[in-house]
Amino acid sequence: MISIIINGETRQLSGTLTVAALIDEMGLTGKRVALERNGEIVPRSTFPNQQLADGDKLEIVVAVGGG
Amino acid sequence: MADNLIIAGKSYSSRLLVGTGKYKDFTETRAALDASGAEIVTVAIRRTNLGQNANEPNLLDAVPMSKFTYLPNTAGCYTADDAVRTLRLARELLDGHSLVKLEVLGDPQSLYPNVIETISAAKTLVAEGFQVMVYTSDDPIVAKQLEDIGCVAIMPLASLIGSGMGILNPWNLQLVMERVKVPVIVDAGVGTASDAAIAMELGCHGVLMNTAIAGAKDPVLMASAMKKGVEAGREAFLAGRMPKKLYSASPSSPTAGIISSTRS
Repeated sequence: MISIIINGETRQLSGTLTVAALIDEMGLTGKRVALERNGEIVPRSTFPNQQLADGDKLEIVVAVGGG
Repeated sequence: MADNLIIAGKSYSSRLLVGTGKYKDFTETRAALDASGAEIVTVAIRRTNLGQNANEPNLLDAVPMSKFTYLPNTAGCYTADDAVRTLRLARELLDGHSLVKLEVLGDPQSLYPNVIETISAAKTLVAEGFQVMVYTSDDPIVAKQLEDIGCVAIMPLASLIGSGMGILNPWNLQLVMERVKVPVIVDAGVGTASDAAIAMELGCHGVLMNTAIAGAKDPVLMASAMKKGVEAGREAFLAGRMPKKLYSASPSSPTAGIISSTRS
C-alpha cells in the first residue's frame, strides 16, 4: 500500500502505479488535464514512465470558466 | 488599413477580451463570446473534480481552442509561487501555449493586486518564456517596471474586480499609457458599455471584462453592447475628439439667414 495526496485528498493505492495508470483509474484518460507532482510539472508524454511513490503530492488540473 | 491590436507580435481584430466565468451554462458562455466578437478569452486553471462524471460538459468543447485564443489566468493566487505554478500547469495543459494572464491578488475582500508578488512572478515567467499580460494597479511606476521586465501587455484595473464601478481614475490610466509602449488593456471594473467606450476614448488599447457581461440580466445582449462600446470608443479616440470649451458657444447651424423677428 502506498499513500498519495491528489488535489489535497489522501488516497491509498494498492500498489505502485504509473501516472498513466492512475489517470486511467480516475477516468481521465483522453481528457485534457495537466499534472504536477511534488511541485514539478509532469509532461503528459511521460505519464506511462512515471512511477508514483509513497507520499507523492499530485495536483491534477483542467481549464474552467474564469475571468 | 486594419486597426488591429498587436500583442506579442500577434494581431487581433477585436479589442475586447472577455472572461468565461460566471455564466449560467456553457451555451450561454459561447453565445456571449460570439456576440462580443472577442478573440482572446480568459480561462481559469482548477483542480479536476475527483468524483467527476466523465461525460460532464467541458469548457474546451463549448469554447474550442481552434476558434479562440485562450488566456489562462492565475485568479485566486495570492503568492508569486502559486501564480507561477498555475501557469506552468496551464502551459502543459494547453500544449505549450505561452500567452498568459498573470494576476496575484492582495486580499480576498478587494481582490486588489499585490504588485510586489506580481513583479516577482513576472520576472520568473518571462525568464521561462511566457508571454505575460499582467493585471496590476494603475500605478504608472509599477506599470513601467512590469514592461521593463518584459510583460507583453499592462492591464491596470479601472476599479475593483467585479465591482462594475467603471473608470474611477482616468488620470492614472493616462499616466500609465504615457509611460509604457506595450498595449495597455483595462482589466477589471468596467460595468457597462459606456465604461468600455470611455476606456477606449482615453486611448487604452483594449478592455478585458467578465462580470460586466456575465452579470448582466441579458449577458448575450450586453456582450453585443460591449463590442459596440469598445468599437465606438476606439473610433472616437482615433477620430480625435473636439476640445472641451467652457463658455465658448459655437452654434452648429448658420447664424446668417435667420427669419426676422415679429416682435418690435
